[in-house]
Amino acid sequence: MNQPLPKSSAMLATDSRLDERRLASGRKKGFFHELIRNRILFLMLLPTLVFFFINSYIPMVGIYYAFTQFDFNTSLFDAKFVGLQNFQFLWQSGTLTKLTLNTVGYNAAFILLGNVLAIVLAILLNELRGRYFKKIAQSVMFLPYFVSFVILSVIVYNIFNYDNGFLNTLLLQLGGERVDVYNKPWVWIFLIILFYLWKNLGYSMVIYLAAITGISDEYYEAAKMDGANIFQRIWYITVPMLKSTFVVLLLFALGSIMKGQFDLFYQLIGNNGVLYNTTDILDTYVYRSLKVTFDVGMASAAGVYQSLFGFVLIMTVNYIIRKLNDEYALF
Amino acid sequence: MAIKEDAYTRLFKIISYAVIIIASIACLLPFLLIISASLTSNESIIRDGYHFIPQQFSLEGYRTVFTFPEEVLRAYGVTIFTTVVGTTLGLFLMTMAGYVLARKDFKYRNAFSFYIYFTTLFGGGLVPWYIMLTKYLGLLDTYTVLIFPGLMTPFLIILMKNFIRSSMPEELFESAKIDGAGDFKIYYRIVLPLSTPGIATVGLFLALAYWNDWFSSSLFINDPHKYQLQYYLYNVINSMQFIAQMGAGTGVSLSNDMPTESTKMAMAIVVTGPILLLYPFIQRYFVKGLTIGAVKG
Repeated sequence: MNQPLPKSSAMLATDSRLDERRLASGRKKGFFHELIRNRILFLMLLPTLVFFFINSYIPMVGIYYAFTQFDFNTSLFDAKFVGLQNFQFLWQSGTLTKLTLNTVGYNAAFILLGNVLAIVLAILLNELRGRYFKKIAQSVMFLPYFVSFVILSVIVYNIFNYDNGFLNTLLLQLGGERVDVYNKPWVWIFLIILFYLWKNLGYSMVIYLAAITGISDEYYEAAKMDGANIFQRIWYITVPMLKSTFVVLLLFALGSIMKGQFDLFYQLIGNNGVLYNTTDILDTYVYRSLKVTFDVGMASAAGVYQSLFGFVLIMTVNYIIRKLNDEYALF
Repeated sequence: MAIKEDAYTRLFKIISYAVIIIASIACLLPFLLIISASLTSNESIIRDGYHFIPQQFSLEGYRTVFTFPEEVLRAYGVTIFTTVVGTTLGLFLMTMAGYVLARKDFKYRNAFSFYIYFTTLFGGGLVPWYIMLTKYLGLLDTYTVLIFPGLMTPFLIILMKNFIRSSMPEELFESAKIDGAGDFKIYYRIVLPLSTPGIATVGLFLALAYWNDWFSSSLFINDPHKYQLQYYLYNVINSMQFIAQMGAGTGVSLSNDMPTESTKMAMAIVVTGPILLLYPFIQRYFVKGLTIGAVKG
């Protein structure tokens, strides 16, 4: 996954001198020569290339919609050009700032808490004895990853709904009063993070557990001989050894910090406007603008902003990392 | 010294057991809550609220779900169809792409890898994509649209490529070539049989994504007959809430012939059932595949 992608194409070994000469005489010729020589390989890759062309590259042209007054009946370039008006509106209404803060804030929390807690759990689980106990615990914690977000919304409804949710039932039995959680925006900051962790911890834990299993026993034996206790062994051996896995996962997650977890937010919050201030992210806003309020121009603008902002963010992060440590750079 | 170390280790073990047991229970309890609610009579839920143990046992929730099973079964059918076709086709295309990109003698593999990878960095956004699929490809209300967008993801192609590269030496392909095998023959006679763990992992990721998909239905499907299972459930939950609210507002009681709460929960269990049943078998492969990926990648 951390293979450098584009930069080493010049280093590729050519098959024969003939190839080299042809490459030197003109790149196009080399390409066609290659196309004919490896036609089967090209043919095998073709569906993939077409797929991404249709699914990803053509829609990039549609960025133009963000600069028009959208009308579903006209074609792309007949739509009325309005310049930055859509963006201006988003910016002036404060929507853009709010969405950015929410999107980046939640995803940063997901990434940091998710990884740190997964490491802690993996270390703890690794120390347990008893094959069956270990296996069962691992399976149980992995289980939430498999259920759909729709089921997650059922669970949340089950616990928090006002009339007969588990929480309110419990509060009444304890002599307390009902709480209308669906009317308390600040609670959802914690609930969303909590349910993210509930669903994903088991999965990330497995990855870290695999990395721990890969650490040679000799380190631990040697440390034991030197009198290191279990806390010291973990702190000075396990934790540093997990660093590279952590960095790789962190970088991958950073790449999608602008478009994280649409399912989670949409299924938990839905169209409950009371909660938008603390729970609306770019993805949910775009989806709602497209499907519920039909502000297609606004939705396109927010989408373009998301793509550009995310792109700049990834490039910056990658640049910084390459300066610090070339090995960890994404590309 | 030995005694002291033992004390530390023992302390650590106690903490470990406690934390892991608590975390495991926290992962299980919500499921228990749904299962219990699906087995409770609706009146009891409305009167006593949700409990971990049914206050008044009843199967009426399940009975309602299966009174008119056509709808549920149809949604099941759509999901099974899209999952099987999507996973098979996606696997075929992604293993093929992974193999080509893993071939070191394929000159433009880096350029093509970047072509695929770039789509994760930058995109047109949801709206142009939506317009493209509905207006220009005319995929609204088709089964194709439930399958097509999820067929391939850059992440899984790269995973497959790395898997093939790390588990099959280049010499293998070369010697096969000398023996007269074509590129495609190498793929299906050598690469595929040797990639079982990679195929299992990628296939499971794909299948899980198709099985749990509600988003495609919600965006592209207007005909309820073509709803995927998850979106069908989503609608049952939300429309029953809607009907219940309507009933409360107009003074018409619908609660007698519509055990809303318990039906919802029974429906949730019916939808989740297959995953819960298959889970113990699937999970092993997932862990194995992830382990291979993490250690080697």
